Amino acid sequence: MSSLYRNSFAAIALLALICGCDRDKQEPRGNPLGETIPIAASPDTIFPGGKTPPSLDPRAAAYEQNAYAIAQGQQLFTWMNCAGCHSHGGGGMGPALMDGKWRYGGRIDQIAASIANGRPNGMPSWRGKLTNQQIWQLAAYVRTLSGQVRKDAVGARGDTMSNSPPQTETVRKPVTQADSAQ
Amino acid sequence: MNMSGFQTALGGDALESSNFLSLFAVFMAVCTIMYLLVIGALLIGMWRGRTPGGELTVESGRHHESTPAFRTALIGWTALILVGLTALTIASFFTDRSNASVARDPGLTLKVTANQWWWDVEYTTHDASKMIRTANEIHLPVGVPAEITLQASDVIHSLWIPNLAGKQDLIPGRVTDMQLLPRKIGTYRGQCAEFCGIQHAHMALDVTVESKADFEKWVAAQQRVAFAPTTPLQLAGYHYVTTRECSACHAITGTPAGGTVGPDLTHFASRRSIGAGTLPMNTGNLYGWIADPQSQKPGNHMPTIGLEPADLHAIVAYLETLK
Repeated sequence: MSSLYRNSFAAIALLALICGCDRDKQEPRGNPLGETIPIAASPDTIFPGGKTPPSLDPRAAAYEQNAYAIAQGQQLFTWMNCAGCHSHGGGGMGPALMDGKWRYGGRIDQIAASIANGRPNGMPSWRGKLTNQQIWQLAAYVRTLSGQVRKDAVGARGDTMSNSPPQTETVRKPVTQADSAQ
Repeated sequence: MNMSGFQTALGGDALESSNFLSLFAVFMAVCTIMYLLVIGALLIGMWRGRTPGGELTVESGRHHESTPAFRTALIGWTALILVGLTALTIASFFTDRSNASVARDPGLTLKVTANQWWWDVEYTTHDASKMIRTANEIHLPVGVPAEITLQASDVIHSLWIPNLAGKQDLIPGRVTDMQLLPRKIGTYRGQCAEFCGIQHAHMALDVTVESKADFEKWVAAQQRVAFAPTTPLQLAGYHYVTTRECSACHAITGTPAGGTVGPDLTHFASRRSIGAGTLPMNTGNLYGWIADPQSQKPGNHMPTIGLEPADLHAIVAYLETLK
């Protein structure tokens, strides 16, 4: 094996390693420290005059495509008793999170805003109870319930009983517009 | 407070560990004798060498025959193995029975739940008002058999207090148990002995074996609700802790803080360490821990909030009152 061949092989392997690590990157402190939530994110997904919704917050990808963030969110979902109202995605007192219908928007910034602000008829505000980073993580996990997150980032296994296939096998479908929900 | 000796599996400070120490001695004796015999036979064989044209070589075609002396030696050797193994079996059996006898009439029952990466400790009684919940510390009265129920909330952990007993795994979805009859007053260190994630090494607990009177005193102190804040600074800390992020995970008896995810803080300042043996308990470490737990124990489940300095001072002032 020539040295050029060997060197380029090593470079490719290193590149693959660096790129591959992103999915599992752990940022336990929040980056930057003092993460913020787009609390003013509009819950609407259609706008008058055919206007398009604002582009997605660049931080969304960092949480949505990160296995660590999603796993932390999954743990928070249990710890903060989200299941008390939403069940494990199927809904109960609160709306289901595993379907494609969103009253206040199904984008990660909109979900984060719903968690931080609270919503009428029972959803409490978690601002000041969870850190902003934790709210992002929770939102990232909520997105996985309806199969909207990359398959290689979601956890293959949950700790709770479920009547749905593992999230790694959920069929990816586009989100339904908010106003068609009810 | 002095630690009575370092962490050692040869301490024998409880019935269990002293039983195991005796068993270890029996195994050591039997195995040493057998080992010396084997090595001795090997050395003799090497010293004598093979007799040229000897009687029982393969080449002579008579290797399956034996001399009377050789026969006797083989029978003796087999008998010795039989005796040795029987001795080990009997010793193991009695060790096991002696350890199990502790469970027959436990004078104290407690429940230890392992979490990533801390120990949740509950003293269970029939009277719910007398229950104690603490973390990363176990107090045991000397000479009283204790039955410890073990559970895990996330992954497999293992409770190991080398001076007192062997390891016992804590497995999610299962209940295991451990019996202890401590015999010597002292402070011992226990730790997680099953790799459980990034902060496995910082998952220790303090075990205090004390006299019955001291234990009763400790129990009475633990059953008290948390002290009320007295200074304005402590009051500010009380308000932050009970209304903001802290109370989502931590409980403080006698206050609205009722989270169950993290360690109970009712008598937090009376413990010897912060973060399951990560840091010794003192004001400086408390500041460091509250300000940025992720730099003290990276990856642990307590988030770095990014507190304002005024809030940090207040929280530390309040937490230090929780004796």
